[in-house]
Amino acid sequence: MESLQRVFGRNAAYWLIGPAALWLAVFFLFPMLSLLTTSLSDPAGSPIYGYDMTWRLQNYGEALGEYWPYLIRSLMYAGIATLLCLVLGYVLAYAIAFKAGRWKTVMLVLVVAPFFTSFLVRTLSWKLILADNGWVVNTLQAVHILGPEGRLLATPFAVIMGLTYNFLPFMILPLYTSLEKIDPRLTEAAADLYASPFQRFSKVVWPLSIPGVVGGTLLTFIPATGDYINASLLGSPNTQMVGNKIQQLFTTASDYPHAAALSVILMVLIVAMVLFYVRRAGTEELL
Amino acid sequence: MITRLGRWIGKHLPLTLGILVLLYMYIPNFIVALMSFNDSSQSRNLYQFQAFTWDNWLNPCEPQGMCESLRVSISIGLLATLVSTIIGTLAAFALVRHRFEGRSTMNLVLFLPMATPEIVMGSSLLALFVAAGFGGQLGFWTVLIAHIMFCISFVVVTVRSRLAGLDSNLEKAAMDLYANEWQAFWKITFPLVFPGILSAALLAFSLSFDDFIITNLNSGTTVTFPMFVWGSAQRGVPMQVNVIGTLMFLIALTVVIGGEVASRRRAKGKAAAL
Repeated sequence: MESLQRVFGRNAAYWLIGPAALWLAVFFLFPMLSLLTTSLSDPAGSPIYGYDMTWRLQNYGEALGEYWPYLIRSLMYAGIATLLCLVLGYVLAYAIAFKAGRWKTVMLVLVVAPFFTSFLVRTLSWKLILADNGWVVNTLQAVHILGPEGRLLATPFAVIMGLTYNFLPFMILPLYTSLEKIDPRLTEAAADLYASPFQRFSKVVWPLSIPGVVGGTLLTFIPATGDYINASLLGSPNTQMVGNKIQQLFTTASDYPHAAALSVILMVLIVAMVLFYVRRAGTEELL
Repeated sequence: MITRLGRWIGKHLPLTLGILVLLYMYIPNFIVALMSFNDSSQSRNLYQFQAFTWDNWLNPCEPQGMCESLRVSISIGLLATLVSTIIGTLAAFALVRHRFEGRSTMNLVLFLPMATPEIVMGSSLLALFVAAGFGGQLGFWTVLIAHIMFCISFVVVTVRSRLAGLDSNLEKAAMDLYANEWQAFWKITFPLVFPGILSAALLAFSLSFDDFIITNLNSGTTVTFPMFVWGSAQRGVPMQVNVIGTLMFLIALTVVIGGEVASRRRAKGKAAAL
């Protein structure tokens, strides 16, 4: 802004960006480096007396060798949850963008509002709903969808359902933003040219909403892969995700080097997948 | 009646499906509100509705440590909101109104925290604090530092989108009418950007108040509200937790709807003035 320019002189931009840049450098980038050095340290140390930096690359091999099932499980659960979010989120975002009329703002507020009931509390209430003697399980048993010994809680289903539920708003908002930009006259034009409803969607609406699809899947998939709250509250020891392991290694086991190595592996995996995906989706300008 | 409903659904299928998804999002909120009236004194089974009572609402602070943790969460939330909103708003102004060297690098650095899983961010901060010798002093301040860090990016994104949609000619017009730079800023730019800053602050507070993963790794013995809920989850959550959840929801809804009504009224007033 020219006005501030005169107050601060030619360096106004740097004065404005400075605090944010400094904070993120010291408390985001620097910690990442610290995580990297910790991951190469000798596990013989302790969090209190410190770890010796010994370039111990074996930490990575050991972490990967022992915990790879958790990594696979995390990617799988997060992947399925992201797909489910995409389907549910697309339906709702489409309805708000094209069909809600004057209720648009109200519906958008309603999408964000559940956020404000603490999400741990909401996740715990799913425990109540899916409980072994709850009416959902009883009903499913009565109609023989679930066997008499069948259960929902403490299964992969419950964990994936929890992930889907918790990250749904992260999918809806970017989808809505890109759907809202689409000129409705485009679909009308397609209809004039004898496109069927399905063709109108697949040839006009869907391609134009790709930036929202990419943004939404990233915002859902990345946090879902690292999440361990759903796996802890709704799952069982057999459904633990990599976040559970990292958390445990840091807090209960105090094995910082292996925990750090596992953290770095997770980060590298995610970055690699995101780059591949963004390139495939052809919207590189997003990053 | 049923056939009329059926016809409406047939005509508005996408809208109906959308409303169903929205209802699904509210199932837990409904359960939380219901359980806040649950009388859990009769039985140890905390996962079933026993009997109706007002007690949980009348004695919200009964569970030991819960309101203390609430106080900690609110203090951290308010401080993190204040600092991250100021820092983030300044950065948003720099990014929208200035072309400077390192701008694209800064955009990337601001994007990274949003694209990093919380467990990685939390563990890297812990690694830093321990390596720097602060391992024994984890608590209020380390949590606050972490919260400010992950709120900044969200504030920048929110304010930036508001600022980018602003016509900078308005400011020039003000100056043509003999406003000086400060007047143009405080009378024109700031009031127009303010709703964006306000919603950024609201977002920052709710992110900070709700965070568990990063907080848990960096909090030492300090207990925030999500950590209290987590800790009590093993034994069965006290019903008062549901009261707090419902209350938060109602307060947030009031703030958001209030803001919406106010901006609508202002828009109407402006239309009338024209």
